[in-house]
Amino acid sequence: MSDTQRDVLITGIGLVSSLGEGIGTHLDVFARGPGLQPNIRSDGFAPYFVHGLPPIDWSRQIPKKGDQRQMETWQKLGTYSAGLALEDAGIPMDEAVRSEIDMVVAAGGGERDAAVDAMVLERARGANDVETVINETLSTELRPTLFLAQLSNLLAGNISIVHKVTGSSRTFMGEEAAGISALYSARARIASGQSEICLVGSAFSAERKDLLLNFDLAGLLLRDEWRPVFARSGAHQGIAVGSVGAFLVLESPAHAARRSARAYARLTSAVGDRGRRGGGKTAKRFADLLPAASGGSDELMVLSGATGIEELTAAERAVLAERYPGAAVRAYGTMLGHSFEAQMPAGVAIAAGALARGMALPAFDTGEERAAGAPPRRAVVTSIGHLHAEGVCLVEKIEDSPA
Amino acid sequence: MSASDTDFLGRPIVAVTGIGIVSSLGRGVEENWRALTSGRSGIHRIERFSTDGLRTTISGSVDFMGEMGRTSTGLSYAMAEAAGSEAVAMAGLDDGDFGGPLFLAAPPVEMEWQHRIGLDRMDGAETAEAGYDRLLEIARRHPDPSIYHLTQCSRISELLADRLGTRGLPITLSTACASGASAIQLGVEAIRRGETSRAITIGTDGSITQESLIRFSLLSALSTQNEVPEKASKPFSKDRDGFVMAEGAGALVLESLSAAKARGATIHGLILGCGERADDFHRTRSKPDGSPIIAAIRAGLADAGLEPEGVDYINAHGTSTPENDRMEATGLAAVFGETLKKTPISSNKSMIGHTLTAAGAIEAAFSILSLREGVLPPTINYNNPDPAIELDVVPNEARRAEIRTVLSNSFGFGGQNACLVLGRAPGA
Repeated sequence: MSDTQRDVLITGIGLVSSLGEGIGTHLDVFARGPGLQPNIRSDGFAPYFVHGLPPIDWSRQIPKKGDQRQMETWQKLGTYSAGLALEDAGIPMDEAVRSEIDMVVAAGGGERDAAVDAMVLERARGANDVETVINETLSTELRPTLFLAQLSNLLAGNISIVHKVTGSSRTFMGEEAAGISALYSARARIASGQSEICLVGSAFSAERKDLLLNFDLAGLLLRDEWRPVFARSGAHQGIAVGSVGAFLVLESPAHAARRSARAYARLTSAVGDRGRRGGGKTAKRFADLLPAASGGSDELMVLSGATGIEELTAAERAVLAERYPGAAVRAYGTMLGHSFEAQMPAGVAIAAGALARGMALPAFDTGEERAAGAPPRRAVVTSIGHLHAEGVCLVEKIEDSPA
Repeated sequence: MSASDTDFLGRPIVAVTGIGIVSSLGRGVEENWRALTSGRSGIHRIERFSTDGLRTTISGSVDFMGEMGRTSTGLSYAMAEAAGSEAVAMAGLDDGDFGGPLFLAAPPVEMEWQHRIGLDRMDGAETAEAGYDRLLEIARRHPDPSIYHLTQCSRISELLADRLGTRGLPITLSTACASGASAIQLGVEAIRRGETSRAITIGTDGSITQESLIRFSLLSALSTQNEVPEKASKPFSKDRDGFVMAEGAGALVLESLSAAKARGATIHGLILGCGERADDFHRTRSKPDGSPIIAAIRAGLADAGLEPEGVDYINAHGTSTPENDRMEATGLAAVFGETLKKTPISSNKSMIGHTLTAAGAIEAAFSILSLREGVLPPTINYNNPDPAIELDVVPNEARRAEIRTVLSNSFGFGGQNACLVLGRAPGA
């Protein structure tokens, strides 16, 4: 093992959200700002807010109908986004090439069959033996394939099957922490020479009442009145969930050069921490993760993955204002919604795309976010988890990256 | 770091300085090792819930962890805590201030039926119809963060990080039945990168519920030989008919050999190499030619700098499903050739069942004990050999054997294949 750390390049991006699919589409939408409207659906989800998926022709990245049938929406979204990233990186559908690619996926899972669950609940009412009702109903009503279609590591499994990525396959779990750790681990392996090329990313499917139930049992969700992330406070704070698929191809410079791949940007660092919250501890840990301010503040863009929970957002903004006075800060959750495991990968995807295009992102909330100046050369991407974990990525422009 | 502290590629050698185990055989390394080497089975009839109407009514559940055993998340934490603190204490370190990173293999968790049904029984909803709209209304009126916490996949690692005093952001991972081995691999990689001189890796799984049992049952993955529970798990036997779900946790304290020696720690064994390869064939079945399994085994051997002849014993994945045991034998034969017949191989799962997420971790812990103690645990219930599988499975009784190296296999749904190569402590 060499002691010298190598650069880690971002050479492919696959991004799908309520705003559309492809990093180019997202940047085009942003270029129309400020004053952009997010794509939020509340029909069927009131009093909550859900950034849902646009219409997607799944067969563009998942050609076999049989494969599509083996996945619930979350797995399809991830497999689709992973396909976009591989295509964007110009990696041919050649098993010899793709079998050398490593993979780290940040995954949730656990999608339910709402009709079967309702049936169990109905039959359990007034039953003498609830456990027998559960046994009988699930044994006869559950689709055998549902287990696999929602199992956490089967997103990676489906990416192997559909896109032939088989170098290695690791699935990390645990909300925002999983997305942070996935980028950390993939970057560290490439930087140290343990890997040459790695597909890393996540997907989160927001249009799920079973998940909303989990979150709102803890009172985490924004209700009744939508506001941009930085404007959420008091009774009007909380999470608006968003469907997001975000995958990146990370690569060593030597590997990228051998196949003449272009790079969007350099993933200079990806770090995370956790610990008890409260009493300023979160702010202290977060500050310790942030890179030093250097260069003009005009050249730094901060993409905040803030959740919309007031206490955390306020702590984050105070630390950012102190460390990077004058830098443009954008809460991308205002536009994409919050996507838990996918939050950090989505932020890094947007950062890399904007740096490559030389584009300053417009204010997503003109009341709370100041206008940007010059095109950014560095981007700090943050994710302070809704209950725990703090993460920071530094993404930097490559001088010869395409405009 | 002296030359003897680095491996053939100049990387830091990784030592095991602490071990912890919980399984259906008991709590703690000593109790487990005694039961395992005496060929005792931990498989029993399920009493945790009603099995009326189910095709499988047996498991290797862990039913002695007290109140924490009432939920999957609670039980998985309690077993991980028991194994983790045992390993850290064995390493001679402070089990409240471990001071290195945590790599945790844990089962994906969801809301459990007891909570859905409990919510449905509460009042305050206008919607009477059963379903998520009603449950959401009730949740708004009766919020209960404790239920939410049980559905968080980061919950167990959060609790463990505070309990054991680990450093940094723990990684919680799931690579299905290879998870425990993957956690060890992540720890080895971190030490080889020089990021840390020590790490704790834990695999835990306490997820036997009605629904999880039914899910595996619907995939026809489970044994239905319920009559004599302790005889149902029979890896490599002709009449094997599926795995037996089980629970447990395994923990290892990993340290760079130089750091372990510097503080005078007892070294129980070494992690010599790790290999992995994903399968792109099918969600639950291996590629018919076994090439991903073969590639994973070869990658593990290559990472350890060993040829097949250098492996003295194999701790099999050996689930007792018709497919796994056949494919595992095929894959091994392709790598080992004639050497395979002379290499003993046994399956811990014949006694502890398939501990799923924890399996790779528990079996790595047993492999280290096999190296340290010079005893190969048996494959029990081996009375009807599968003639298509010619292996020395250490049938029915443990065997004394001085071994220097062990290959531990883990293969899982979703094409997950991971292999660890473990070695005897230097000078032992």
